[in-house]
Amino acid sequence: MKRDQDKKILNEMKIKLPSLSVNESLARSVVAAFCSQLDPSATEIADVKCAVSEAVTNCIVHAYRDTIGVIYINVRLYEGGVVRIEIKDKGCGIEDVKTARQPLFTTDAANERSGMGFTVMESFCDKVRVTSKVGKGSSVTLFKIFGGR
Amino acid sequence: MIKKNCLFETDIKGDILNVALKGEIDHHSAVSVRGEIDKLIYEVRPSKTVLDLSEIDFMDSSGLGLIMGRYALMQRIGGELTLRRPNERIIKIFDLAGLGRIIRIETDKEEEK
Repeated sequence: MKRDQDKKILNEMKIKLPSLSVNESLARSVVAAFCSQLDPSATEIADVKCAVSEAVTNCIVHAYRDTIGVIYINVRLYEGGVVRIEIKDKGCGIEDVKTARQPLFTTDAANERSGMGFTVMESFCDKVRVTSKVGKGSSVTLFKIFGGR
Repeated sequence: MIKKNCLFETDIKGDILNVALKGEIDHHSAVSVRGEIDKLIYEVRPSKTVLDLSEIDFMDSSGLGLIMGRYALMQRIGGELTLRRPNERIIKIFDLAGLGRIIRIETDKEEEK
């Protein structure tokens, strides 16, 4: 995959949402609607919806665990059917990103968190980039190529 | 009042509790739905709970938590949990977590019995 800055951006969207759980559905629907400009298949759009839902839920459940903060979503559509979705928060951050990305790892089993969020994102996207700083926040960037791997 | 994105209907046949879910299962809906289903399970004490997923058109990993939680509860009261007609997307998520090996999925044929 070419570096982000090497590709031509066809369209871009930025949204800010409060970390209310009711916004999980809104976030995935809005991102999916925007991505539909690249004419993805039904399966591809379902993949995007699911991955976005996971990332936004992480912001609500983990990053802003005891508070309501802002979730920043930036979607860029590139030529060649490439979509880049960045989901950022200014919450508590992740101590160990590598461990957090392991299947079934959760810090919140009591609330029935399955620990499969990052695994779902990785399975449904072509690339997932995670950066985080404890006390500062996290950023999850999902890359998806419509029209084949 | 914000409308719910997941609703369910229940019926009890003998000691089998059927829960037909409709809509979307995400973290938002799972939190409210699980409380209501658990209340019913404690009241009815069924030998089997069936979660009918045929009308679920979106589910993320929060749905796995919901299903595993009800599976654990049914085990605790000495019963079983089965799933009915999950779509391909849901099965894909189950498989990622290896749930297909733990929780029984009813086929249409079995349902007719």
